[in-house]
Amino acid sequence: MSTMATIVFFIFAIVAVASAWGVVTSKNIVHSALFLALTFFGVAVLYVLLNAEFLAAAQILVYTGAISIMVIFAVMLTLRGDVSVSSPETNKWTWGAGVAGLLFVLIALVILSNGNWRILPMASTAGGTVELSALLFQWYMVPFEAAGFLLTIALIGAVILVKGGKERNDH
Amino acid sequence: MTISVGLSTYLLVGAMLFCIGLYGVFAKRNIIAVLMSIELMLNAVNINFVAFSRFTPWANTAINPLIGQVAALFVIVVAAAEIAVGLALVITIYRNRQTTNVDDLNWLKW
Repeated sequence: MSTMATIVFFIFAIVAVASAWGVVTSKNIVHSALFLALTFFGVAVLYVLLNAEFLAAAQILVYTGAISIMVIFAVMLTLRGDVSVSSPETNKWTWGAGVAGLLFVLIALVILSNGNWRILPMASTAGGTVELSALLFQWYMVPFEAAGFLLTIALIGAVILVKGGKERNDH
Repeated sequence: MTISVGLSTYLLVGAMLFCIGLYGVFAKRNIIAVLMSIELMLNAVNINFVAFSRFTPWANTAINPLIGQVAALFVIVVAAAEIAVGLALVITIYRNRQTTNVDDLNWLKW
């Protein structure tokens, strides 16, 4: 990996992690949603650095585009009271911080103590979108269709949930 | 001193995002913030999938490293479905109870 790529990696890794920190610490839920979009963008740049350009495009379209907008719409539809205190913390947040911190220390110990993972600093350059599509449409065609089916069902379910059924008042 | 960005660096970034998301699930009181934290955790898992796919050699021709990217793609699909249904539930709950606070969602308790 060249020096330029290293610099880009560290800039966007820090952007992603710092925005994620902003998501969970911001008291204003609109700020949380905007930080979330920034996190998704940072992760998309990391995908580009990992030679996964199709996933980076899908990340920007699906996460930064669709999911962020849907979250902001849901915030708009459910907001009441003062927006600056719309996302408070529970009074048991220290337990969450303790568990999450402990888990991070454990994962970091496992990652850093396993030296075998560093055997390939210059990895395979293979992995373009063409090979990904061949894999997706040949070997994984049935799961791909199932994913499309799942999205359709989820969309119908979401519409039914929000629209609501008819109340029966005959008893 | 040279800083090399290898597999473990990406895994550390993924672990950081995952643990921040886990903290958010525990600590946030607004149910939409909890959903956002779940999305952070799914993104962290995706980083791990793609990083392993990138740094796996083509040693065994029977195993294509791009399977990691396929898995990440399916995670994106499931995350989209999850956030759609989750936000629909949030809006329905808000319509019935006028709240998005998870502390108030306790009418299933006893």
